Amino acid sequence: MSTPLALNRITDLLMNDSKAKVLSKNETRSRTPLIFERHSRNHAEWLPALEGHEETYLKSIPQDFLRKKEANLPSVSELEVVRHFTGLSQKNFSVDVNFYPLGSCTMKYNPKCLDAIASLSSFSLIHPYQEESLAQGALKILFEMQEYLSEITGMDEFTLQPAAGAHGELCGLLIAGAYHRARGSKKTKVLIPDSAHGTNPATAALCGYEVVTVKSNAKGLVDFDDLKSKLDSGVACLMMTNPNTLGLFEEDILEIAKAVHAVDGLVYYDGANMNALLGICRPGDMGFDIVHMNLHKTFAVPHGSGGPGSGPVGVKKHLIPFLPSPRVLKQKEKFLFEKQAPQSIGKLRSFYGNFGAIIRSYAYIKALGKEGLRAVSENAIINANYLRVRLKKMYDVPYDGICMHEFVMAATRQKKKGVRALDIAKRLLDYGVHAPTVYFPLIVEEAMMVEPTETESKETLDEFVQILEKIEKEIEQDPAIVLEAPHTTPVGRMDEVLAARQPNLRFKNS
Amino acid sequence: MQYISNTDNDKKVMLEAIGVSSFEDLVAKVPKSLRNFELRLPKGKSELELLSEMVEIGRENINFHDYASYLGAGNYDHFVPTVVNALAHRGEFITSYTPYQGEASQGTLQSIYEFQSLICELTAMDYSNASMYDGASGLAEAALLALRSTGRKKIVVPVTIHPEYRTVVKTYTSCLDVEIVEIPMAADGVLDFEILKKSIDENTAAVLVQHPNFFGLLEDVRAIGEEAHKAGALFIACVNPISLGILEPPGEYGADIAVGEGQPLGNPTAFGGPHFGFFTVKEDFLRKMPGRIAGMTVDKVGRRSFVLTLQAREQHIRREKATSNICTNHSLCALKGAIYLSLLGKEGLKKLALLNLKNAHQTYDALLKLKGVREFSRRPFFNEFVLHLEKDAGNLKASLEANKILGPLALNAFYPKQAGAYLFAVTENRTPSDQQRLLEAISAS
Repeated sequence: MSTPLALNRITDLLMNDSKAKVLSKNETRSRTPLIFERHSRNHAEWLPALEGHEETYLKSIPQDFLRKKEANLPSVSELEVVRHFTGLSQKNFSVDVNFYPLGSCTMKYNPKCLDAIASLSSFSLIHPYQEESLAQGALKILFEMQEYLSEITGMDEFTLQPAAGAHGELCGLLIAGAYHRARGSKKTKVLIPDSAHGTNPATAALCGYEVVTVKSNAKGLVDFDDLKSKLDSGVACLMMTNPNTLGLFEEDILEIAKAVHAVDGLVYYDGANMNALLGICRPGDMGFDIVHMNLHKTFAVPHGSGGPGSGPVGVKKHLIPFLPSPRVLKQKEKFLFEKQAPQSIGKLRSFYGNFGAIIRSYAYIKALGKEGLRAVSENAIINANYLRVRLKKMYDVPYDGICMHEFVMAATRQKKKGVRALDIAKRLLDYGVHAPTVYFPLIVEEAMMVEPTETESKETLDEFVQILEKIEKEIEQDPAIVLEAPHTTPVGRMDEVLAARQPNLRFKNS
Repeated sequence: MQYISNTDNDKKVMLEAIGVSSFEDLVAKVPKSLRNFELRLPKGKSELELLSEMVEIGRENINFHDYASYLGAGNYDHFVPTVVNALAHRGEFITSYTPYQGEASQGTLQSIYEFQSLICELTAMDYSNASMYDGASGLAEAALLALRSTGRKKIVVPVTIHPEYRTVVKTYTSCLDVEIVEIPMAADGVLDFEILKKSIDENTAAVLVQHPNFFGLLEDVRAIGEEAHKAGALFIACVNPISLGILEPPGEYGADIAVGEGQPLGNPTAFGGPHFGFFTVKEDFLRKMPGRIAGMTVDKVGRRSFVLTLQAREQHIRREKATSNICTNHSLCALKGAIYLSLLGKEGLKKLALLNLKNAHQTYDALLKLKGVREFSRRPFFNEFVLHLEKDAGNLKASLEANKILGPLALNAFYPKQAGAYLFAVTENRTPSDQQRLLEAISAS
């Protein structure tokens, strides 16, 4: 497989080496009018015509309750709508078009057959409240998915209800809270490593906990001594990502889990980096009590420009009674919803979860099977290490060593030459490559977090290295082209201060 | 089926470049004791085998093409024009990430800005975010906003709000020092206004209301809002977006926060998700809103452009001091909402609402003429209503199935005292022949 796009972009740039020329070429496609600024007629003819007597039914509603001023929606033809949103779509980078090594986000290829399956009317046109006997297929999928995830993670039971990773975290900490309350323990603190995702402390705070930060050591792992000094009977939970956000496996995990359990705390697994572990090892075996999975990362649910994802939560036996309700059960070859769950934390959203996302992951697991799942992580790890080794000649890798599915390099050498990680990220866009995650984790200066994923080819990775080499030359010879990048995107760097100081958050007609 | 691009030879070359002799060397830091297992999962399948198996599993579900659905209660069988999925399912939308790199995401950012604008127009509220997970979690986040904003500890929740939504509000606040005060239902199916008045005090952070309520009935929103405001509490309305084609929007009857389930706007029911929740506020609460917000700005040469803005509220900047832990929105579902509203236009919105109103009232009138069917309330309704059916539940279920009807929803699942009461939803998709089958099914039971 080849991805000629990135290389074509290089050729493009070489041929248009006058920057001004490139700009003017893009000027024409830079501005798409707002849908509100387009004008034509629309009669919503995809709806049946009114028969004329409909307004009489309005009489059943008192005047006070009726809308007086029409909503100022745009009036455009179907063709205008098609051109408008097609035009907008073309202003996006996406996995279908671009290499997207965005660390921590697992931007892998999402098989197209999964979209087709989720769109079948037998899965998309079904109602959450139809009789269980008329939805056995959907219930079977939910039930088996609970089982698949339990097997893959080494947990005892799963809920599929949470809508996203952060929603899964909320679910997990509410379960931890309910568990401790049921045992009569007063727990006030949640421990979180300094390399953690921002959602971890935000979730802990949302659940009313005090957040205590645990330091990383010189190897980039949780500092076990610092952790031990902060462990006491007030600790409800330790939240960890493994491999951590530096892409490193937390090798002391068994001892860490034991120490937290010793003060009657729980260990929570943030599954953002599960793409490294499929078939290799399981958080349940490491001692984690609660895990969340990101189906949109590891299990091929497309990211959809920012959702919907799905964040199922798995627990060990002692926490099953606290799972959100209802879980799906199997009795005598029939699938049904659990009817009573007196200790359940309740519900995190309406109905049962993002079924349309879950079904994609279910089909993905079936397609890959056990060998395929392990191949995912093997290839993700090989790809990441290959890139790390090739790039460390150019970039500092502050916590160097064998990584898992991603690694963090630092643009510190480049910074000395006046070019920062952000500038390199923006310049990559000119070459048709989405930027890595920059300035995260917070513990690495000028961080660039690279996650190539298993679906990319060696050829694409080699092209990526070539592009970074070219940028390196630009930094030496013509830093302005990097500092002012991107040049080929629909717009250049934006005034974020203006956006925040004078918020313009909606179209207004007047 | 595997979706791996590298050949075995590629892998060999890469392992050599890394300087290890086998893959196992790359995971040597994972304790051996953890690596000694094998997944107990089936073997993989080809796409051909997978599709045929999934089609088979799908046969175990009855869908809206098989049966006519009278089920509602938060998810509705509305018509989705072909254009919605044709556009939203483009790879450039479906396989891109949250628009952190603004220059590489102008399509998503402008569409979010347009979504926010469309939702503001629909609700007559000042500002909208980029969307929430669904209506229920949006309502819970609205309650949290009110608690933060007022520093008070009490949330007033009528039982006429969707029971699952009430549970979600309870769950979200279960670890906090918050009191939830339930307001019972009056005899005519709306909240008991006298008890509401007595229940609001100087410690009330917010009064929540669903309008139309769970039973499809219009609540006396203006008066409820006035009561909330008298005590300095926030007034939070949870609304059905299609109803706003004819019903007064929450921005005009005094809501401080208005939220709702976006599924009716171009999203399939899909067994309950994914959909999106919309979340709107009056100006005063803008900087307390949860979730992503897109704003218009200019780039360095003055071109109009769009960015994620007011991010100082969010978890990736503020960590434990964020206004919410929410990270993603439900962007693709919200995009479907934006495309759908653009296709509707202002005339289409009213037309759609009128078609729903007409269909629901025609079915209501016809049902009431049947023997054994009794009125539940005389309050006005939009496209959902409750009726008492004096029928044996088992016979009724069998008769509905025999006539290929999904629903109505038996209320006793949520309200044990309401045995024999059923909630019907009637959308523009229901035809006169569907109605005929429904009437026959109920008469025959």
